[in-house]
Amino acid sequence: MSGTGQDDTHRRIERVARESYGRLVAYLSAHTRDVASAEDALSDALVKALTAWPRDGLPQNPEAWLLTTARHAIIDHVRHQQVVLASEPTLMLLREGHEDMTLSVKFPDERLKLLFVCAHPAIDPAMHTPLMLQTVLGLDAARIAGAFLVSPKTMGQRLVRAKTKIRDGGIRFEIPQERELPQRLDAVLEAIYAAFGVGWDDMAGVDRRGRELAEEGIWLGRVLLELLPSEAEVHGLLALMLHCEARRAARRGQDGRYVPLSEQDPKLWSLPLIEEAEGHLAEAFKNGRFGRFQLEAAIQSVHAERARSGRTEWEAIVRFYEQLIGISPALGTQTGYAAAVGEAKGPETGLAVLDGIDLKAVSCYQPYWAVRAHLLQRLGRTPEAKDAYDRAIGLTEDPAVKEFLLQRRG
Amino acid sequence: MQFALLIYESPEAFATRKNDSYTGAWRAYYKALVDAGIFVGGDPLEVPETGTTVRLTEGRRRVQDGPYADTKEQLGGFTILELPSLDAALDWAARCPAASYGAVEVRPLTPELRRRITE
Repeated sequence: MSGTGQDDTHRRIERVARESYGRLVAYLSAHTRDVASAEDALSDALVKALTAWPRDGLPQNPEAWLLTTARHAIIDHVRHQQVVLASEPTLMLLREGHEDMTLSVKFPDERLKLLFVCAHPAIDPAMHTPLMLQTVLGLDAARIAGAFLVSPKTMGQRLVRAKTKIRDGGIRFEIPQERELPQRLDAVLEAIYAAFGVGWDDMAGVDRRGRELAEEGIWLGRVLLELLPSEAEVHGLLALMLHCEARRAARRGQDGRYVPLSEQDPKLWSLPLIEEAEGHLAEAFKNGRFGRFQLEAAIQSVHAERARSGRTEWEAIVRFYEQLIGISPALGTQTGYAAAVGEAKGPETGLAVLDGIDLKAVSCYQPYWAVRAHLLQRLGRTPEAKDAYDRAIGLTEDPAVKEFLLQRRG
Repeated sequence: MQFALLIYESPEAFATRKNDSYTGAWRAYYKALVDAGIFVGGDPLEVPETGTTVRLTEGRRRVQDGPYADTKEQLGGFTILELPSLDAALDWAARCPAASYGAVEVRPLTPELRRRITE
């Protein structure tokens, strides 16, 4: 086989792996609850595909091929362990495994259950996002570790522990009941948003403590929407992520310098992404159940308006923030509100909002100090502004933002 | 729990130590550490060329000009922080100015060994 042919096969395998990974893991583990074994079996199958597909040609249905091969890997594993009393779900999986799956395609999509399992209240909230990234998207522990700023070994151990808990802790693969659904769904949405990387670039000089996983976050958002097409907040979350993603190219100057939102050139914003975001927001508003992500997306939508109108309607942003505070008065929301009030009603009023926040809560919170420095500088309170800038710079991770704040500080 | 943040810098970074943006970033970082109430101690070190390395090999003194390790990035300073966990220490390491132009190694101190030595 020629080198190009082999490259094609590799690319094909990568694509199938990416698109099918979560579906296969979800399906293979839905009955056994054993996510780790499902993942091991699937990686075995992917390794086998690397030799079989270039040799025999691509199977007619690559996904079914992987599923059959992964099932055989599980069977081999069980035989190897000489498990006498295999559990009923495992036996069932094995029985199904004897059917020839190479042509038939249909197997249920269990990814929604898997997402709810990953964000289950019995699992440490800090592990919700890493679990989703690994089980649904197939990201390796080292990549996830980098994004979450822990050592690869530690992340690996935490993932193993979480999967053991899923297997042995009685966590069921199911869609939550109606009355539980909103709360359980919020946990899934939060975890997906955490992959995207929380960051408010509508406040000048605020550090995006990025996860470098924006693309993965959007991918997960799309998966969730496919599975829950009529949930307003799912549309809201996707709209929020797409609006932020639309501004990616404008966020840095050609020299790599940080450009705050107010100074960004709207011509550099991605119009298709903005339009897609607006479509989801409209869909969300149609569906009722107002929520946090729709409001945050609405704020970003007001910012996007500047591409058409040339100005930012800060009063509208302030109103959305007021509603947002009513739903979730998180530190980030209060700080964003103060920044918006500062633009709409003047720096003095913005500063008064900041003064209402408990100082103990913000000692390590960079956005608070960045906004505070900006407002103090506008008021001409230079020594206090310099002090606040120092606090912000010291808490900043992104070197470009650091440089921007150093220049503003003077 | 105490952690040392060991700061590694390249020759280019050592050369920028007199620049305002170098000192500005470090001053801000120092302030953030103190305000967060986690700063225990630490200092910058003179440039690596000023180092002299001593060892005894088979009873003979060997003295070498320069630092111990012959690597591009050299130890430029250290900070000791009081923090609840390694996760928190890595968080502060990422904010350290040297994380973007050099490297920061995070190492827990070993109070148990310290106790055996000092008591």
